[in-house]
Amino acid sequence: MAHTSDLSLPVRLFLRAYRWRRIDPVPFTACTKPLEECTVGLVSSAGLVLPGMTPFDGALRGGDCSWRIIPGDADSSKLMDGHRSDAFDHSGMASDPELAFPIARLRELAGAGEVGAAARHHASCMGAITATGRLVKETAPEIAARFVEDQVDVALLVPV
Amino acid sequence: MCNQTVGLVAAELERHGIVTVALQLLRSVAEKVRPPRALCLPFPHGYPLDTPGDAERQRAVLRAALGLAQAPGPGPRLMEFRGGV
Repeated sequence: MAHTSDLSLPVRLFLRAYRWRRIDPVPFTACTKPLEECTVGLVSSAGLVLPGMTPFDGALRGGDCSWRIIPGDADSSKLMDGHRSDAFDHSGMASDPELAFPIARLRELAGAGEVGAAARHHASCMGAITATGRLVKETAPEIAARFVEDQVDVALLVPV
Repeated sequence: MCNQTVGLVAAELERHGIVTVALQLLRSVAEKVRPPRALCLPFPHGYPLDTPGDAERQRAVLRAALGLAQAPGPGPRLMEFRGGV
């Protein structure tokens, strides 16, 4: 488990004063069918983009709340790290993007019949968002609408 | 911040009828933000699926998350990954 004590002093000081956004009430959707019949989508907050996509803007105050659609058949080795934070070691993700965006691992589970299918599209966003208003009001509903359209049953969300 | 970001997106997905599991690297943040289902991982920042290149290990994390997806409500449901370090 990571700990805030692992982080640099400036980051620790920032977090000490930061007011986390509490989810209240907590929405809850029950899983009503077996995993073998579920379509599974991924949401990564590692700021990963594919070649040709506009990179996330690390200079935006409060964080870049845009997001990218990652095709379900994407080659994860092509994903490029655009996360702005220097508070963690990026080298693992650079050597193996599956570490943060396990598209191939999910396809393997689908191929083995452990889940019904990998989603047609996944979502990539930037995790380093301190001002969460737009994330909650725009980004998250947009991702949800896409996943509903793609009939995603289960979403796995991966921070970095 | 990443832990909060995925938790907030997870909540919106749940409101749209999608079951979610948010992987979490900081239990203290998961307890404050309260994503509907959170799988707390014993790995450092930057390594949410543990070891680069270890496909079996990465699948094990996904399997644990998928197992938690089937947990009944109400939320928040918080579970530790017991796959060892």
